[in-house]
Amino acid sequence: MTDSDELDLNALGDAELVAQMHDDLYDGLKEEVEDGVNILLARGWQPYRVLTEALVEGMRIVGIDFRDGILFVPEVLLSAGAMKGGMVILRPLLAETGAPSVGKMVIGTVKGDIHDIGKNLVSMMMEGAGFEVIDIGINNPVENFLAALEEHKPDILGMSALLTTTMPYMKTVIETLQEKGLRDDYFVLVGGAPLSEEFSRAIGADAYCRDAAVTVETAKELMHRKHNQPSEVGS
Amino acid sequence: MAAAEVAQETVLIIACGALAREILALKRANRLDHVALQCLPAELHNRPERIAGAVERAIVRARPHYERISVAYGECGTGGALDRVLREEKIERLEGPHCYAFYSGLDNFTGAAQGDIDAFFLTDFLARHFDKLVYTALGLDRHPELRDQYFRHYSRLVYLAQSEDRDLLAKARGAARRLRLKFEMRRTGYGELQKFVAAL
Repeated sequence: MTDSDELDLNALGDAELVAQMHDDLYDGLKEEVEDGVNILLARGWQPYRVLTEALVEGMRIVGIDFRDGILFVPEVLLSAGAMKGGMVILRPLLAETGAPSVGKMVIGTVKGDIHDIGKNLVSMMMEGAGFEVIDIGINNPVENFLAALEEHKPDILGMSALLTTTMPYMKTVIETLQEKGLRDDYFVLVGGAPLSEEFSRAIGADAYCRDAAVTVETAKELMHRKHNQPSEVGS
Repeated sequence: MAAAEVAQETVLIIACGALAREILALKRANRLDHVALQCLPAELHNRPERIAGAVERAIVRARPHYERISVAYGECGTGGALDRVLREEKIERLEGPHCYAFYSGLDNFTGAAQGDIDAFFLTDFLARHFDKLVYTALGLDRHPELRDQYFRHYSRLVYLAQSEDRDLLAKARGAARRLRLKFEMRRTGYGELQKFVAAL
């Protein structure tokens, strides 16, 4: 594409610009997404509105096409990188403007496992959906999870594993929570390629989340239930 | 194939395509003329949720034609789905979670698992098809900047060699270089796969 063919984002109306940002997110064009975010902010959009209407909605479309086998992991990572570029601009502004917090989540990959691509996508999408996310990284023994729960007092604990050999460790974490009488203090969501709903039930998690989009929907649903029916929390 | 030859093949191995060469080599070495091999695409590993269904369909199609069927897959990240199918069909598979484990020997692999947390494994098959199944499939040919997202927590590429093949060794070394990982080779031979095939 030559310079003269380049689209001038400033020349677009708000609705067109947001639609273009969805396309740019889909195509993983980080600089264009960052430009779009700055333009919308300069036009007086609230950071939270930019986040939800431009970025999160764009990533929702990416998530659907990933689920349906139209997009693959490399493309999703590029999209995520583009969203991250936008988030870097928005994050401090969201903090300043007191954007609504839907809930808090501690998330990490379990002991013996260094894979974090899925976890990182979940963290970003959860943050985009208004959750405060504390990501404790990879290869976490139960002590790390307990310390993070104690320190941050989240609503949700998220655990991730990519390996058949490491996913049983999620059960160790849940059993430790049970032993300490802490299990009902948190919703426990689990995810990772080799997991299944059956496995999630067997280890006593609250839900298996197939992908980042499902995690967001599940987390919102659980938080909704918590706020509306406090007596059922943890049941 | 002539009808007489078909009649001789009373046992079928339904296998991951990644094991085709190795199973054929073991079949020849053990003179297992009664064993037939049917492979499913190795690319299924990029969508492990589809493995159990593909294996089940292959079993249903093959059932009337063979006295016995075995499945040469590990658990392969199917989340228990493959084992559910095989329980239902009363068919055994290779023990262990995946080919790295049964090539290494299950005891060895389990024992070394924590020490190998930073290891990215290649087998002969993956060394041979590294470009297509790893580098291109991960988009690194088009977007080398994604390397860190995939591999930043790995420090070594461990080549589990089934054969003594200079070309494959060179490919595996090249793979490590391209992923910017230290290279290590372990000559495993066929590991548990050998026993599995020889017992048929």
